[in-house]
Amino acid sequence: MSALLDIEDLEVMFGGRSAAVRGASLQVEKGETHCLVGESGCGKSVTALSIMNLLARGGRRAAKRMSFAGTDLLSLSDREMARLRGNRISMIFQEPMTSLNPAFTIGSQMAEVLTRHKGGSRTAALERAVELMGRVGITAPEMRLGQFPHQLSGGLRQRVMIAMALMCDPELLVADEPTTALDVTVQAQILRLLATLKRELGLAILLITHDLGIVARVADRVSVMYAGEVVERAPTAELFRSPQHPYTRGLLSCVPVPGRVQRDRPLGSIPGVVPAIGPGFAGCAFRSRCSHADASCEREIPRRQAGSAHDYLCRLAPEFSEPQPA
Amino acid sequence: MSVAIEVQNLRCEFRVNAGWFAAEKRVIAVDDVTFSVPAGSVLGIVGESGCGKSTLARLILGLLKPTAGTVLVDGKRLFDLDRKARARLIQPVFQDPFASLNPRHRIKDIVALPLTAQGTFSRAEIERRVAQILERVGLSAAMGERMPSQLSGGQRQRAAIARALVLEPRIVICDEPTSALDVSVQAQILNLLADLRRDLGLTYLFISHNLAVVEHVASEVAVMYLGRFVERNETDALFRAPGHPYTQALLQSVLTPEPGRGVPDIGLGDAMPDPANIPPGCRFNPRCGIAVERCRRVAPTPMVRAPQGMVECHLA
Repeated sequence: MSALLDIEDLEVMFGGRSAAVRGASLQVEKGETHCLVGESGCGKSVTALSIMNLLARGGRRAAKRMSFAGTDLLSLSDREMARLRGNRISMIFQEPMTSLNPAFTIGSQMAEVLTRHKGGSRTAALERAVELMGRVGITAPEMRLGQFPHQLSGGLRQRVMIAMALMCDPELLVADEPTTALDVTVQAQILRLLATLKRELGLAILLITHDLGIVARVADRVSVMYAGEVVERAPTAELFRSPQHPYTRGLLSCVPVPGRVQRDRPLGSIPGVVPAIGPGFAGCAFRSRCSHADASCEREIPRRQAGSAHDYLCRLAPEFSEPQPA
Repeated sequence: MSVAIEVQNLRCEFRVNAGWFAAEKRVIAVDDVTFSVPAGSVLGIVGESGCGKSTLARLILGLLKPTAGTVLVDGKRLFDLDRKARARLIQPVFQDPFASLNPRHRIKDIVALPLTAQGTFSRAEIERRVAQILERVGLSAAMGERMPSQLSGGQRQRAAIARALVLEPRIVICDEPTSALDVSVQAQILNLLADLRRDLGLTYLFISHNLAVVEHVASEVAVMYLGRFVERNETDALFRAPGHPYTQALLQSVLTPEPGRGVPDIGLGDAMPDPANIPPGCRFNPRCGIAVERCRRVAPTPMVRAPQGMVECHLA
């Protein structure tokens, strides 16, 4: 069975100088939550935007394959893509205040999604909006129809965004850091909601985050991104149990785990910074920060298999094992 | 152990216009907060956005005038001191190192500013001290020549820490110092702050919404809700046996990297706290899962909690 979203060797360039994404491959299956995890600047948001064909001006995408439910996304015209967007693929962003239009009511923004893609009356669309708002846990949904985005709290706005993304029954929801701007208590509520929706509607979710706690709790599978490449892919439990790529290992050791804190000992950290990657860069992008690096890391790096669904981009053999991060 | 900072009955009210002809509203951002921090220790302050934790930081820094209450630093009343004297005692590190560094100045001039502003240091002394502190926070002399935009987020936060420490203050107020940083950089900055505290004998007020980070750095933790400390205790005790239902909910909502556990149901409901509209009785009662009739009528008073803490809850 082919994946719902199948991306192979995605390259994204801005102005021909810098490569934001360099040969990333990513598969999202029907009905799964797939987390794309990485630090700022690693290309995870750009990957999401290139799926939606929403790259900023000057951005160019190329890929060996980029298909959604059998449709080749690269060959679609702008108009055909617009028909897909918000309809069969929806996207929610980090800051709901900037993605909702401040000048229109919640009701008219939500209704427009449905009437635009599926036609039908505005009344029917508003009814659907009320139903979905109830479903995502918004109290007094009828009242919200007439409200403006600034009258809602951050958590409510994000719920409105999610309800709006669901208006046309999408098959894939792309969520870019949907809870980063929210309090932890609200974050837990929103993530629970996404998990419920996935279960009940059979929705596939591509969740982009930098938070390994979120990844562990909601993902079925994980792709770890570093400097424009997917450096490791694995089922969630396996990734946390036996991470293979030195970057993944480093990342996991940086996270303080409540209840297991050792205050006298420093946290693990990854020395150095992400290198600038220009055209013609070869070899492993992590080598300047890696304690295992040697001269061979400047050459082409193989993708190694560490399990049936677990691979990583490093010359080091799998199961090279160090004590697990505390 | 000597007390570095003592806050007594601190209160801060804002008046906000609700609309053109509507009545003025009173927002009580900080409501009768009392605590003291022993020298050399770290008090972590946690709470959701809008709970007043940043207002508290600004009050203690003297950037805001309180409606009532006092702050004593080293036994001196903070609000009686002038700006320069205050700056020598207490310094801030803010969340966003993009916004807190002047983009048109070189790093070393930014770090030198607290010294220059004092007006009592010679140029040679300033240069010596800046070079020393830049090295101490892990920035090279070459970095000092650069502009903030040429630095990464972590380097900028190091520069902000250098600026805070260059006057050798007793107390540093860290307001979400790592929230804007990536996890790998966050760990570097937390480790640096821990080293500096140990080596220089600093006292921190560490404000954060990230409980895992607070547990790692703080010796004592206070939980703030709608302007009040609702619970305070030694870190280990608070994390092991939280007394307040709100503390319990906060702790439950932390997503530890443990696969297969799912996202917890914290049962807080949808009623969001509104500082302009504090409910009668216990201010947490509309969101509380175990509230009884008494909680809706009578505000709880602080009760002693072992080993060294307090909690404001009828049912704890």
